[in-house]
Amino acid sequence: MNKLRENEHLTGYVFTAPFVLGFLVFTLYPILSSLYYSFTDYNLYEAPGWLGLDNYQRMFTEDDKIAKSMQVTFTYVFASVPLRLVFALFVAMILNTATRATGIYRSAFYLPSLIGGSVAVAIMWQQIFGDQGLLNSALSLFGIHSTTSWIGSPSTALWTLIALSIWQFGSSMIIFLAGLKNIPRDYYEAASVDGANSVYRFFKITLPMLSPIILFNLTLQTISAFMTFTPAYIISRGEGGPLDQTLLYSLYLYRKAFSHFEMGYASAMAWIMLLIVGVLTLLIFKSSTRWVHYETKGD
Amino acid sequence: MPLRKSSRMFYHILVGAFALLMMYPILWLAASSLKPNNEIFTTAYSLIPSRLEFVNYKTGWRGFAGTTFGTFFTNSFIIVILSTIGAVISSALVAYGLARTRFWGQRFWFVCMMATMMLPHDVILVPQYVMFAKFDWVGTFKPLIIPHFFGTPFFIFLIMQFIRTIPKELDEAAKIDGCSKYSIFYRVIVPLIGPALITCSIFSFYWRWDDFINPLIFLNNPEKFPVSLALKLFLDGESLNNWGGMFAMATLSLLPVVVVFFIFQKYIVEGISTTGLKG
Repeated sequence: MNKLRENEHLTGYVFTAPFVLGFLVFTLYPILSSLYYSFTDYNLYEAPGWLGLDNYQRMFTEDDKIAKSMQVTFTYVFASVPLRLVFALFVAMILNTATRATGIYRSAFYLPSLIGGSVAVAIMWQQIFGDQGLLNSALSLFGIHSTTSWIGSPSTALWTLIALSIWQFGSSMIIFLAGLKNIPRDYYEAASVDGANSVYRFFKITLPMLSPIILFNLTLQTISAFMTFTPAYIISRGEGGPLDQTLLYSLYLYRKAFSHFEMGYASAMAWIMLLIVGVLTLLIFKSSTRWVHYETKGD
Repeated sequence: MPLRKSSRMFYHILVGAFALLMMYPILWLAASSLKPNNEIFTTAYSLIPSRLEFVNYKTGWRGFAGTTFGTFFTNSFIIVILSTIGAVISSALVAYGLARTRFWGQRFWFVCMMATMMLPHDVILVPQYVMFAKFDWVGTFKPLIIPHFFGTPFFIFLIMQFIRTIPKELDEAAKIDGCSKYSIFYRVIVPLIGPALITCSIFSFYWRWDDFINPLIFLNNPEKFPVSLALKLFLDGESLNNWGGMFAMATLSLLPVVVVFFIFQKYIVEGISTTGLKG
């Protein structure tokens, strides 16, 4: 019996070996070495030289672009994630009426989020919001003759990126649609009998029942929004312009590491980001006890 | 909820118009790729070219400095297919190990897996580059393929969820018949997790096809570029004015993704709904 148990330990490790190895080599070791590099001056060609906390100090005292890129990134994350989720829920509720066309609409709304992260779409977006792009051309049909380049103007550039993110609401919408289908019909019927109106039903039934899904989406999308890179890189041609208005944190980190070869400094930036994302995730989870409703089994 | 006929029509007009609005940019991209170069921006709002112009596909396909899009597409397919095979097979093995065997440290590795799933990739970008530079992997496909042979947390999680729905009695019965854990995996589990494996393959295909930052960092020779990175070259230097070619190749690069979507729609929708996986 004991022998058999021991065998199972071995079997377990045989199956999980790929992950265990990969975790140690491609995740844990890089994380730890990144922590070490963050305290050094490292340009890839000479051995890292110990700097102590200098990189961190420089980030917060000398480098104005850090504050700028954080401001840009926070604006991007806090505008795009909630708006995208609200939009996704809104459309999901509209599509949650049983018609035969629901499948077609669902595909049409999902397609943007399927291809949205690609370079092709980023290029397309750049052309839509350019000075001669689709948007200005469409506006001229309504008699509005605009020659501004929406991606070239500092006040609107970031919002084109936010619009691109919201445009990709489809995958959240599908998750919400599945969630809505799981809410028992009789909850709504019972509420209707009690004379509850639709606003009341939305806030007292729909939202609480969807809250675990919202929590999951909010967390993952916040993390991935912080790492947005491709559209900002393509639309600003790798510069983060105009006037650093699209210099998302990831883009700045990339420039520090791979244009300036300041690997130590970039590692310090990565750790600050990890810290921010960690704290945010923790805050979301801490707050979730107040607003996330878990149904107890056997209801 | 059944709607009355008039309000049903109103509903379809409204939702249909909105769907068209959301699709418009994509349709515009495809339509522009068929317009003559001088027409793309003069009648930007229009979806209908004055005449169909396939020459954009020809000039775009020519690529840059002697490397055609034939090479870029081949590179993309090599990277995507190999990394997808690696990711799906390794993730299935790990998922089975975590879901169906009991071993020392199991809980710990599960937590590590979930933590890796949430880890911002930026944190390991720099040290991974340093590591792969030491391995002499920079400039080859290796950094884009090999790490995927060690399990992808999202897929491990998805397959685990799927394995948990398979009754344990099946394992027990196979065990009584003399099957080891290995043959249970091979004979009982693998045939039953087909749908989950398909879902993972599709997502892996999308993610690897669209991947931009990794090729950008690890590849330096245009002959090795996948399509995603090659498209960027249209924005550089003297190729800057070949709008038609750029639109044509951008459209072409989306084609495999859209085709896979229409073939495997069912798996994608189920995959997203059950795990919250982002598409």
